[in-house]
Amino acid sequence: MARVHTYDALVVGAGGAGLMASLYLGRHPDVRTAVVSKLYPTRSHTGAAQGGIGASLGNMDPGGDRPEWHTYDTVKGSDYLGDQDAIEVMCQDAPEVVYELEHMGLPFSRTEDGRIAQRRFGGHTKDFGEEAVRRSCYAASRTGHAILQTLYQQCVRHDVKFFNEFHVVDLLIEDDTCRGVVALELATGELHVFRAKAVLLATGGHGRVWEITSNAVTLTGDGLALVARKGLPLEDLEFYQFHPTGIYRMGILITEGVRGEGGILRNSEGDRFMEEYAPNMKDLASRDVVSRAIYKEIRAGRGIDGKRYVHLDATHLGREVIEKKLTEIADFCRTYLGIDPVDEPMPVQPTAHYAMGGIPTNIRGEVMADETGRVVRGLYAAGEAACVSVHGANRLGTNSLLDLVVFGRRSGDAMAGYCANADLLPGGEEDAEPAREELEAIRTREEGERAADIRTEMQELMMHNVSVFRTGELLEEAQETMADLFERSRHIVVDDKGSEFNLDLTEAWETKGMVELAQVITECALNRTESRGAHSREDFPKRNDEEWLKHTFAYRRDGRIDIAYKPVTITRFEPKERKY
Amino acid sequence: MNVAFTIRRFQPEVRDDPYYETFEFEAEPTDRVLDGLNHIKWHMDGTLALRRSCQHGICGSDAMRINGRNRLACKTLLREVGAEVTVEPLMGFAVLKDLIVDFDPFFEGFKEVKAYLINDEPPPEKERLQSPEEAARYGDTSKCIQCGACTGSCPSFWPGSGFIGPAAIVQAHRFVFDTRDTGSEERMAALDEREGVWSCRTIYNCTKACPVGIQVTRAIGEVKRALTWDET
Repeated sequence: MARVHTYDALVVGAGGAGLMASLYLGRHPDVRTAVVSKLYPTRSHTGAAQGGIGASLGNMDPGGDRPEWHTYDTVKGSDYLGDQDAIEVMCQDAPEVVYELEHMGLPFSRTEDGRIAQRRFGGHTKDFGEEAVRRSCYAASRTGHAILQTLYQQCVRHDVKFFNEFHVVDLLIEDDTCRGVVALELATGELHVFRAKAVLLATGGHGRVWEITSNAVTLTGDGLALVARKGLPLEDLEFYQFHPTGIYRMGILITEGVRGEGGILRNSEGDRFMEEYAPNMKDLASRDVVSRAIYKEIRAGRGIDGKRYVHLDATHLGREVIEKKLTEIADFCRTYLGIDPVDEPMPVQPTAHYAMGGIPTNIRGEVMADETGRVVRGLYAAGEAACVSVHGANRLGTNSLLDLVVFGRRSGDAMAGYCANADLLPGGEEDAEPAREELEAIRTREEGERAADIRTEMQELMMHNVSVFRTGELLEEAQETMADLFERSRHIVVDDKGSEFNLDLTEAWETKGMVELAQVITECALNRTESRGAHSREDFPKRNDEEWLKHTFAYRRDGRIDIAYKPVTITRFEPKERKY
Repeated sequence: MNVAFTIRRFQPEVRDDPYYETFEFEAEPTDRVLDGLNHIKWHMDGTLALRRSCQHGICGSDAMRINGRNRLACKTLLREVGAEVTVEPLMGFAVLKDLIVDFDPFFEGFKEVKAYLINDEPPPEKERLQSPEEAARYGDTSKCIQCGACTGSCPSFWPGSGFIGPAAIVQAHRFVFDTRDTGSEERMAALDEREGVWSCRTIYNCTKACPVGIQVTRAIGEVKRALTWDET
């Protein structure tokens, strides 16, 4: 038996994008809205973002700032793969959404005259690349936390209906029309069918596909896996950002701000190796460049003690800078490393951080059914789970929080408009049956492997073969091993045979989805025979606009992965070589 | 190092009463208590139930009692707590399964004290101005991650007599002292109850328990003073 609920609009995921969409849906009292999330909303990973949200307010620079400059920087940062119409929309909307967040109560850091304070961030410039500009609006080093809290508080104020700790396990789609989802209530193990005219997937990223990641343990790409299982495409999955400085073994992020304040990367010989890889920008070159340099040093045997890390040295900055400007980082170092960054360098390695690719959408958040741009009626996606595409091949810092609120808002509005004219499609408890069968098969299986063993092998494989540096050989090897992992993931066993809070079962379900996703990522990476942004092929080291200035659309169909392409939208910035 | 985790288990579908179970395994002194719990869940006993997400102290999912103190499992290293680790769920909350407790009433409390910005005046075209000094008034309480470590450490909360608990007051404080907020009257009415701030006996457990270093008892004191002398 399954319980059946009926709404007009349903939001899956309660991070920045999901909550923003919910607030906008909440402005339409005739649109019955609910949010379904596998976590309590404030546990979402939006809360982990540190640096800020980009908007051309121009509060700190005498010459001001302009959305056009922000657009240019984002296009260039994307290595020209971002769709320029979508980037324009995002950068134009940015000041307005930042003021809107402020009006909701967001505790921004302030200038002396009481305005929103802004700071510099990698890749953000004025006058189309002339000099650095202060564009990142921040709340100490807890900007994501402040956004998540503020949006949740306003949802509470406006009585948004939440189903917390409900894990969505199936999407109901027929004839390119979405009519709801199926979710597992964690507390009881009961399945619920949520009928709705419009569904938003705001399920976040999938960093857990890799061994070393800054992502929460819950970021398992559930939304992407659900979409792929329906034969719908995923866009640009080969583009995944590795942040250069994660804490060794743990992957916890050490913000770019440390290098911004003057921190230096050093190898086992004590050399400042970035001087060789990026003579101008050195340690502050873009994320993809620095990550590749660290990887090369490690591979050349110049990792510290021969291990897979280098040092981030901030000892010359002095206690005052570290205590005042890098408080959180000093706290991480003391807590997790037992070292004081004032006295000792920090052990760091690249960490899987952010998915530029995802579920393809247009600027209204409507999910595309194919590479022609035809949409799935009633299905929307926003946030890291979606690919609009505003980040292209590489995302600039501060643009992820911006993406969430801009496209969360636009999706909410578009859904409300759609609900006003769409009919509620039939649905009932029988819709839960396919999900029930799948979950019951896992729960009752007596022989097989633990999810953790398969997951660990997949994560290590992805880290070694499908991360910062890629070659045809490494990717083919990954493809082969992954096929084996896929087979094994069909035979996961769990210890927990109960119903209540059976997180053994949900982890097994997540693991199956992650293996499916990892297969698509590997396939896309093997297929793209060029290097662009975060996707770096040693056997194809150059960007190749003639053949590859296009988006990848990958479909899982009958056990194989088919690839198609969609042209990049270029409005005013013609592709140029990307130099910093 | 060889470690022994003794965990207070509660598996209501299997047996009615809670019990303690010990797991021994190899770990590094630099491992987090959460790494140990994950190790048990992933490799020894998949029935172990706990909440966790970000694993670095910002999402607030994994507050629990570790060797008798409320801490985040992801911010506590084994070398701080030694080889014998006792892990129990937060006190004062209903235990649902193992280390998972019922957080619904906790979050409901935020609604009672209207822990959100109230200002229905039409906003200006740009930001509402606020000086750095004004922002600093609620800066400390805006750091709250809602983990429940403070509330679960409060002897006035434990008996279940309806006290909203320190976390809800911290959440209210954050808006009481925000110059942009115009809803203090309604919020203060909820706080000025026996179950509001006046159940606080200034025991300071909450301040000691807070994993992000909020001066919780001081914040509660500021709300009490504001109620007494109308100082916001």
